[in-house]
Amino acid sequence: MSTPFSPEPPDAELVRRAKAGELDAFEALTNRYEQRVYGLAMRMLRQAQDAEDVTQQTFLSVLENLEGFRGDSSFSTWVLRIASHAALKIIRKRKGLPTVSLEEATEPSDNINSIPHPEFIADWRQSPAHLVEQHEVRRLLDDALARLDEKYRLVFLLRDAEGLSVKETAEALELSEGNVKIRLLRARLQLREDLTRALGDPARQLVRSPHHHQ
Amino acid sequence: MKCEELLAMLNEYVDGTVDPAICEEFERHMAGCNPCQVVVDNIRQTITLYRDGRPHALPMQFREKMHADLRKKWKEKFPAQ
Ligand SMILES: [Zn+2]
Repeated sequence: MSTPFSPEPPDAELVRRAKAGELDAFEALTNRYEQRVYGLAMRMLRQAQDAEDVTQQTFLSVLENLEGFRGDSSFSTWVLRIASHAALKIIRKRKGLPTVSLEEATEPSDNINSIPHPEFIADWRQSPAHLVEQHEVRRLLDDALARLDEKYRLVFLLRDAEGLSVKETAEALELSEGNVKIRLLRARLQLREDLTRALGDPARQLVRSPHHHQ
Repeated sequence: MKCEELLAMLNEYVDGTVDPAICEEFERHMAGCNPCQVVVDNIRQTITLYRDGRPHALPMQFREKMHADLRKKWKEKFPAQ
């Protein structure tokens, strides 16, 4: 992204300049995050019009609330938090549920005892590096995400696809870190199960022996 | 360590945040338990696929419209500039 001759200014500097009224700085921040916000929204919602609405709302909200942003979290976490909230709102609306706060939509409800065990266990036929190049794989990944409850989906996307830390994911969704971890585990296990059924080599399927306890 | 205990610590292991003593136990279990080893591999591959997968590209036409809307809003907010 950056060259030795024109280093990209860090987010914090752009935020400072945007707060001072510099439109170029605000546009630079928008350019930096719009693709990530849209990609996250598409993976949450699978519908281009809704993903565009989320993206537009997110950056309008950034514009309107920028002076209130104190930098307690990183700018990227803040932007993804706004986008997450907007995406959840659309999901609630689709389901005909009243709009609730993010806090309520993400109330704690899981414990470690309810974690499902892996069932289909097999090595994959191809490496991830090979698979990401294939067009139909995106469809497979999106289908698997769609089968995941949105509260797990959002945690997984922020942590594993967007690369936020557990702490940042917790900040973005106003969850405890413990809650993020348990949802992440659930999401990872369910996605693994789904993808392995499609990508695993049936000839190399492993079956756990029923009394395997060591 | 049992398979269930390994499962409960999977995140920490995959993310490299598990403490070294437990990490060693974890790896000893995997060395003798092929299904757990494969589950851990699968999880790592799953994460890689989503992290490196093709993003849905932001439509250019929408992008231009959004930027125009944002500039307009910006000028209402900072009329002096
Ligand atoms: Zn095992």
